[in-house]
Amino acid sequence: MATKKFMYVNRKAPYGTVYALEALEVVLIAAAFEQDISLAFIDDGVYQIAKGQNTDGIGMKNFSATYKALGDYDINKIFVEKESLDERGMTADDLMDLVWEDEDDDWAEKPSIKIVSRAEMADVLADQDVHYSF
Amino acid sequence: MIFTVMVNEGPYQHQSSDSALAFTRAALAEGHTIFRVFFYNDGVNNGTRLAVPPKDDRELQKEWSALAKEHDLDMVICIAAAQRRGLMDASEAERQGLDANNIIDGFHISGLGQLIEGSIQSDRTVVFGD
Repeated sequence: MATKKFMYVNRKAPYGTVYALEALEVVLIAAAFEQDISLAFIDDGVYQIAKGQNTDGIGMKNFSATYKALGDYDINKIFVEKESLDERGMTADDLMDLVWEDEDDDWAEKPSIKIVSRAEMADVLADQDVHYSF
Repeated sequence: MIFTVMVNEGPYQHQSSDSALAFTRAALAEGHTIFRVFFYNDGVNNGTRLAVPPKDDRELQKEWSALAKEHDLDMVICIAAAQRRGLMDASEAERQGLDANNIIDGFHISGLGQLIEGSIQSDRTVVFGD
């Protein structure tokens, strides 16, 4: 089967609506198809990968640990828009430590998150074959 | 051109079902191919046969169903999203030990792999959602 560049655009906060959870379910299924997968986090979507999530008070499953497993599925191109962080008073330090192991470099642990400007994000998005927007 | 269409919002609550229906009709009218229509998130609610909208409103589920029949469309409801929201075909209802099913003709229930495969096989994937 042909390989395409798949981009998952995550725009919504992790709780409050089901979009983040169901987007992640698509990503995990897609991992089995050996396509070139990227994720983008923009707008309130940046909260999906925020550190220290706690859902005790809202009766919803805290699924944030699943993002940490993405590296094990060779999903390691995670783009976060800097302006979206800025607008929410966040920095890279507020995000979970998402990493992957590079088998071509003695399994060295490398960061999956790349923080890009809004203009750079536009270029990243333009470079994809398929966009799923959640 | 070959299209896969993804519908992520339920009928009436949101315009995405109307827009996706209009897009699909227009693409077919122009001679394009619809490889698959995939219903996800609340979009699975487009596949119920139990909706009874007011007489002066459109009947979205029936319109999708009729379009599928007319053009032999492959219209897939995501099983994971459907189970959460109570959309069942006969075999899934039996498997879950439930006493009813509610899928309208023209839709069938399958997995998310159908979406990925559709996007691989199609020239374009068009997503209708919020």
